Amino acid sequence: MNWISEWALPKIKTLFGAPREVPENLWHKCPACEQMVFHRDLERNLHVCPHCGHHMRVGARQRLDYTLDEGWQRIELPKAPQDPLRFRDQRRYVDRLREAQAKGGQEDAVVVAHGVIEGNRVVAAAFDFSFMGGSMSAGVGEALVTAARLAVLQDSPLIVFTASGGARMQEGAISLMQMPRTVIATRMVKEVGLPFIVVLCDPTTGGVTASFAMLGDIQIAEPGAMIGFAGARVIEQTVREKLPEGFQRAEYLLAHGILDMVVKRSEMRATLARLIGLLRLPERETAPAAEPMLTLAPPAPAEGPTPAA
Amino acid sequence: MRHFLDFEKPIAELEGKIEELRRTTDAGGIDVAEEVAKLRDKAQALLKSTYARLTPWQKTLVARHPDRPKCLDYIRAHIEEWTPLAGDRAFADDAAVVGGLGRFRGRAVAVLGTEKGSDTETRVLHNFGMAKPEGYRKARRIIELAGRFGLPILSFVDTAGAFPGIEAEARGQAEAIARSIEACLEAPVPFVATIIGEGGSGGAIALAAADRVLMLEHSIYSVISPEGCASILWRDAAQAPTAAEALKLTAEDLRRLNLVDAVVPEPLGGAHRDPETALAAVGNRVWDCLEPLLALDGATLRARRREKFLEMGRNSVI
Repeated sequence: MNWISEWALPKIKTLFGAPREVPENLWHKCPACEQMVFHRDLERNLHVCPHCGHHMRVGARQRLDYTLDEGWQRIELPKAPQDPLRFRDQRRYVDRLREAQAKGGQEDAVVVAHGVIEGNRVVAAAFDFSFMGGSMSAGVGEALVTAARLAVLQDSPLIVFTASGGARMQEGAISLMQMPRTVIATRMVKEVGLPFIVVLCDPTTGGVTASFAMLGDIQIAEPGAMIGFAGARVIEQTVREKLPEGFQRAEYLLAHGILDMVVKRSEMRATLARLIGLLRLPERETAPAAEPMLTLAPPAPAEGPTPAA
Repeated sequence: MRHFLDFEKPIAELEGKIEELRRTTDAGGIDVAEEVAKLRDKAQALLKSTYARLTPWQKTLVARHPDRPKCLDYIRAHIEEWTPLAGDRAFADDAAVVGGLGRFRGRAVAVLGTEKGSDTETRVLHNFGMAKPEGYRKARRIIELAGRFGLPILSFVDTAGAFPGIEAEARGQAEAIARSIEACLEAPVPFVATIIGEGGSGGAIALAAADRVLMLEHSIYSVISPEGCASILWRDAAQAPTAAEALKLTAEDLRRLNLVDAVVPEPLGGAHRDPETALAAVGNRVWDCLEPLLALDGATLRARRREKFLEMGRNSVI
């Protein structure tokens, strides 16, 4: 191999209109401003459009790459029942599931990892919207419970990056029950005095928003992320009104007091590191991981009637 | 006037005939007692066979029946010294969520529920049982109040789901539901929830993450309405009956999946045909569930409740 075969030949081929060997996805069109972005520029810019600043959707592993220091490790998740209802719409759920698993190289819509953000140990869970719309299955519930248990075990904060259309309809009421199940996961982390931070990414709706994703000690969202409970179309049909400008976008939620902050992807690492640093008590940093800090445990629940003051 | 569902038409016709014959007798015509008795037996048999094999979609229609007993009917039947409480202390009182204090079989309790209303006026007043954030915040407030005073909690759930509206979103519908679920799970007191009609998704679980969850025989509990599911997965809302089948939303299905604790049988022809019997059956079953829980302390109740919900989905297979 020399410069001729590596550089000159392809150039000549292109010039003479020879069959292109380059994959078509070298250029990406920004869904917001519709400008073309070269893939390397996009990668360098963390999948944020360099022209308009639009935060494009990214996969779970990419998200973890962007946020955690190099060398993070993925956690093997316990198996959940596959297709518990033997659900079939126009296709069999089990086929959709297998297809998503083969395409995404993961068992379900959430990847759990442990790693470090600028020197702070964390457990992170990231949703992958491309896996059946990031919908909440029993497997997703299992992933979040596992992440919470791991955070407690490792004495690390838990960060969850959400991106989900809501419940996994194909798992019916089992999917619904993942709402209380994941709420319990947040309690496990909070009860031992560890921070639980939620980063809401585009889009996060339905049963995911209405459970663990709204219970963060700190609620962060990426710019422009669509976040809500009911879908915009359903609301439009119900109230028969035009939806306000920017409705259910991160900035709208911030203005309505539902979020703490909207943070650009390029500033996410530094923001998370700073927050964790501020939330962790100094003595905790030297405390052995295995020993829970008893002083940080919540007070015992009130039993029986409380005498009136 | 009685409201008949489409699949009840043959029963309605028979009952109409019986009524007609009876009027003839009353008017001094020929005695038709024998004929009436025969027709009545036939109607009863038809009712029995129809209700013995209701499809999931038919159950959905029964669960939504306008004459079905509503949350306030259960409260009127079972709660003495009923003292409704109002408001979320932040924005408004949401009449879709009913809550208050009272006595159940002599014992002071807190009661919660979603109320659909029983005529046009009350349906509008209660927003058809679809709660807004202030409703879920009111629920949370009452759950926490019950916890502070050691009062067992009873809830009666009947809702198509949380209200999908601009204002509801702006005020944090999702957060309000999440906090209400959290309050249910954290309550250091016995908690028995009953799905009496429609258990519509997050709007229902917000009041039903309880120690014991009961479902009426013809009630439904689902992550999405059959119509909503059909329009997304089949791209055709008319496929709702097929979606109802696929979603496994009947009481029998949920019991089999171990997602609810018990099914309360309904009188023949559904709770709307004989509300008194249905009300009594629920009251008895709720008491049967509540009584053993009264002996447990708050920490135990909470730990067991957590264990129960943490298991959901792990082994549930139809």
